[in-house]
Amino acid sequence: MVNRIVYCIMLFAMWLLLTWSPDIENVTAGLFVAVICTVLFGHLFFDNAVRILSPRRVFWFLVYIPFFLMHMVRANLDVAYRVLHVDVPIRPGIVKVKTTLTSDLGLTFLANSITLTPGTLTVDIIGSDMYIHWIYVSTDDPENQTAVIVTRFENIIKRIFE
Amino acid sequence: MTDTLGLIFILIGVLFDLFGCIGLVRLPDIYNRLQAATKCVTLGTCMILFGLFVITGISSAGILSLLCALFVLFTSPVGAHALARAAHRYGIKLWDGSVTDKYADIDRPEH
Repeated sequence: MVNRIVYCIMLFAMWLLLTWSPDIENVTAGLFVAVICTVLFGHLFFDNAVRILSPRRVFWFLVYIPFFLMHMVRANLDVAYRVLHVDVPIRPGIVKVKTTLTSDLGLTFLANSITLTPGTLTVDIIGSDMYIHWIYVSTDDPENQTAVIVTRFENIIKRIFE
Repeated sequence: MTDTLGLIFILIGVLFDLFGCIGLVRLPDIYNRLQAATKCVTLGTCMILFGLFVITGISSAGILSLLCALFVLFTSPVGAHALARAAHRYGIKLWDGSVTDKYADIDRPEH
């Protein structure tokens, strides 16, 4: 129940930001739509929204944002280098790495982070195995691959979502 | 001053979008192309939208562009993931120079 109320408030806030007008008709319509969506689709969302709003998790989320942005800019410079280089220096392949995360939301964030960071693209997750397309496979040892691709994000994401 | 700053952001964004498009042409197979398309185009588009926010400030258009940047950031890796997975399941081979394909080794349940 608390979850549903949090979703309702989030949807309503999103509506207000998107429409950006304080008219009474607009606010009423937004409230109406938010309640309807929560009733119809609330069960589809993850269950631990309230838990994530604790201060410790929010703090780690704030740490995560600049860390992630830094890696994202690095990823772009990396792609730009490979694309503009005369020989197109790539050595691609799909590797299998392990993750210790279990929650759906944590896995989603980890997969998205891996996709947006240097040279890696999540292809599939089966249980605790992640299949990653890597544009330059620098090592053939699975443990090193896990250390290079997963561990740098896993430690922070674990503190936010698990 | 804010106009100049916003235009600089937009310029960098357009540059990254351009790199992503060059990647689409130069890289050899769908998986590598998705890499270029996802990373460069996501950051490029987000920077263009952020530049727009810097120029317009806190207004209807500014808030909209910030929210759009957020949505692009969340949805584009999911789209790339779905495309790559679908391509592999459909049977599209990796480029000849690829060194390993662990994903082909697993036995999948039939649907």
